[in-house]
Amino acid sequence: MEIQFRHDVDRVLEEAKEQKKPVILDFSAAPM
Amino acid sequence: MWPDERVARFVAENFIPARVHVKDDAALFQKYGEKYAAQWTPTVLELDADGVERHRMEGFLPTEDFLAQLILGRAKIAFQEKKWDEAIKLFRRVYEELPDSDTAAEALYWTGVARYKSTNDPTALKETARAFSSRYSDSTWAKKASIWA
Repeated sequence: MEIQFRHDVDRVLEEAKEQKKPVILDFSAAPM
Repeated sequence: MWPDERVARFVAENFIPARVHVKDDAALFQKYGEKYAAQWTPTVLELDADGVERHRMEGFLPTEDFLAQLILGRAKIAFQEKKWDEAIKLFRRVYEELPDSDTAAEALYWTGVARYKSTNDPTALKETARAFSSRYSDSTWAKKASIWA
């Protein structure tokens, strides 16, 4: 299982509020 | 940290995962790095559904400690929402499943607090203080709980 990180953070925060679901926000400098 | 199966499963079950890369998402990093004061990588934040930061991890952690921190953070979100049973279950997972993790003692402390909050019964605090006499007795959290004995 691989985590599908999203990069549309604005939309993620909107969906979190709609779905009442917490968010993991990873600030990374690792090669993508 | 992230490729571990237990980490991936816990994230999938509990969060919407988002990533901001400092170079590849430069504009987003400017916006959210400033908003959440992320000044180093990796920085991993657990936000509640309103986008409020409830837990922060800065710097690399081995998988066991990282997973423990993830669960602790999710427990803090449940605690903040006054979902006491859920919070207790998650705090307990930390020291039952990952007893050697750095955050296990903190999870034991907050289990006691959440139990007290859910019942208003100070026995929960006394029992937690006693539990610290047999485990994590050298921790800061044991000192904090000692007042409950």
